[in-house]
Amino acid sequence: MGVEAAYPPFSFINEDGEVDGFERDLGDEICRRAELDCVWVTNDWESIIPNLVSGNYDAIIAAMTITPERDEVIDFTQEYYPPDPSSYIALAGAGEEVRTGVIAAAVSSVQAHYIVDSGATLVEFPSWDDTIAAVKNGEVDSVLADRGFLEDIVNESGDDIVFVGDDTTIGGGLGIGVRESDGELKDKLDAAIAAMKDDGALNALISKWFEGRENVY
Amino acid sequence: MSCLESLSSYGLRALGVGERLLPRSDITICDQVVLIGSGMMWNIYFTVLAMAFGFGLATVVALGKASPNRWLSAPANAFIFIFRGSPLFIQFFLFYEAFVLLPKLAGAVDLGFVEITLDTRWFTRAWLGALIVLFLNTSAYSAEIFYGALRNAPKGESEAADAIGMTGFRKFRRIVWPTMLRLAWPAYTNEAIFMGHATALVFFSGFPAWRQEGDALYYAKYFAENTYNPFIAYPIVAAYFMLLTLALIAIFGAVNRRLNRHLAPAARARLTFRPQLIR
Amino acid sequence: MMTCAEPSSLVGIDWWACYLTTGKHLSFYGSFGTVLMLLALAAPLILLLGIAGALARNARAAPLRWIGTGYTSMVRGVPDIVFFLFVPIALDQLFEYFRHRVLCPQATGPVWQGNDFIVCAEAKLPLSSAPQSIHDLYGFALALIAFTVVFGAFAANIIHGGLNAVPKGQLEAGEAVGMSRAQILRRIHLPQMWRYALPGLSNLWMILIKATPLLFLLGVEDIVYWAKELGGAKTSRYAYPHGDWRLGYFIALLAFYLLLTWLSEQVFARLTRRFSAGLAR
Repeated sequence: MGVEAAYPPFSFINEDGEVDGFERDLGDEICRRAELDCVWVTNDWESIIPNLVSGNYDAIIAAMTITPERDEVIDFTQEYYPPDPSSYIALAGAGEEVRTGVIAAAVSSVQAHYIVDSGATLVEFPSWDDTIAAVKNGEVDSVLADRGFLEDIVNESGDDIVFVGDDTTIGGGLGIGVRESDGELKDKLDAAIAAMKDDGALNALISKWFEGRENVY
Repeated sequence: MSCLESLSSYGLRALGVGERLLPRSDITICDQVVLIGSGMMWNIYFTVLAMAFGFGLATVVALGKASPNRWLSAPANAFIFIFRGSPLFIQFFLFYEAFVLLPKLAGAVDLGFVEITLDTRWFTRAWLGALIVLFLNTSAYSAEIFYGALRNAPKGESEAADAIGMTGFRKFRRIVWPTMLRLAWPAYTNEAIFMGHATALVFFSGFPAWRQEGDALYYAKYFAENTYNPFIAYPIVAAYFMLLTLALIAIFGAVNRRLNRHLAPAARARLTFRPQLIR
Repeated sequence: MMTCAEPSSLVGIDWWACYLTTGKHLSFYGSFGTVLMLLALAAPLILLLGIAGALARNARAAPLRWIGTGYTSMVRGVPDIVFFLFVPIALDQLFEYFRHRVLCPQATGPVWQGNDFIVCAEAKLPLSSAPQSIHDLYGFALALIAFTVVFGAFAANIIHGGLNAVPKGQLEAGEAVGMSRAQILRRIHLPQMWRYALPGLSNLWMILIKATPLLFLLGVEDIVYWAKELGGAKTSRYAYPHGDWRLGYFIALLAFYLLLTWLSEQVFARLTRRFSAGLAR
């Protein structure tokens, strides 16, 4: 199982140096149900798909949005998390105009493509941490990122950083990625996810890790 | 789209001219070659300007290091040690963080006939911030090269200059400096090549890419990630850098011939393609 | 005795003591060892490859000369970062391809199917069932190979220059007493070469030290990876929340590299004095 482990609360490295987070729990549970022996491997975001294709691991579970471009290269299971809305954040006092101003996002993320399509000015940073730093010191007007990632940051910034405007939904939900030639594995994972949706286990996990999200499936 | 369309849409995309959206699907080889080529403009810009400005500072620092005065040689040594002793990658990152911390000053300096606005906001932009880092870095390496050349300069020439009464800046400009250049040139060529390659790191560390305008490697990464196929994009960027390297060798080789034109053919330092023995 | 079980209740020195000794921080300290180990392993390999390349360039057989010259020119014309992005994936697929041919002779079907690179399960390297540590080790090995290939080319140039710089008289004296080519090479040419190659090689060592941050691009968890990971702002979902401390961590990295550079300079100054003993300057 390939994971990025740099995107709390989906996946991150905890203080003991282990992979932790919503996706860790989910992956372990799916493997148990599908009777698979799962080993967790971290990989950086840029090469996570090429390494799946090369066979370094068999599945990607890394907050990966199901998009048509990615579907051309790999296959996805059904979604295990609804499309995470992407939100704009900005310094307190900013208004709706930030959505057409200078917006930061991580290099080659779905948000980056969205910003370009929307006509605003995109500034791409090597990592999401950099984007947050940029909006804090006024480099950019706002950041467009997954709401799940931003919530903690907004809550802990006191009143410095706020959400601006409505959320937008980019792409499909989150799914597990597998090689296109690995239909058997995909079926097994799909069955496990469906079972978890049916008996409420998936909802329980989502509630545990994401506040305020109940009964999604 | 055909190759000609690619050229017209993306030829200057790295400067922001042309098609605003980067190709997302149906990416052809022409698209990749043109866009990565347009990114090379940044690499050339950085290389040329960093080397040009760095040349001056390097000479000053080299003279400082060679000076018997401790107030001059100690700072020169420290400067060279810090910028040669640490990785460029980390220098980029540290400087970017430092620039970000600069207070958002916007002052205007009124010189009477022209008003210069200072906007510290520009320091976090790659075209200025990264250039400063590259400039300082190449100055340190070049200073060390020039210092070695100064030390190896034949004493006889210097003594002859003293004998006929040439001193100070005149002696430096007519006698010391040309010899220093001549001795340093092969090593300095290597430094130019390293600098050309180092410019590929700019958008990898802290500096962001505005409006998706980046250098050749930035676009190569974009294509490698969007086509999930690194075997086309990276060889293209490798080929472009080989061309850059060859161009640098040709230009510096021509200068080398001119610097050595007064020597008998056998005594001329041939510009061999190897890291310098003087450092 | 203070324990680190309740991080949220710690303040001051206690917080720092526990913070700096978390599992992640221990990995950070360990990654310094990774960097040093890479340097220690790469140096002899680079020298070997450099000698091989230099001898190839001087070889009598033309194809060998072309390989030598081609290798050195190509590698030196391209930025090392491009190599580091490209070579590991290419090598990985190459290894797996050969293992596939050897281990699964009965497998049918092309290996490259569209975008997927399909080899039988036994041929995968490392095996997809292998734990994280094996993956880390494999990544490290690929990084080592990439560094060796790139820097071996530079070393080949330096050693080639060193070989050329040895006074011809020495070699002719060897011929005059009847030594074979191999003997001259081993007893006269190579030992003398070191004296002339040393400045260039010391320079290359310094450059090698400074290229190690690129390790993290190869997916190896090196010091740059941990500095970014540990320094990034942490919300209270983590046990030890803090602001953006990357500047501090990177200054620590800077100090590490300056120290390493300074130590290397001392060592090379000594070596130069030793090799220069007996040289009429």
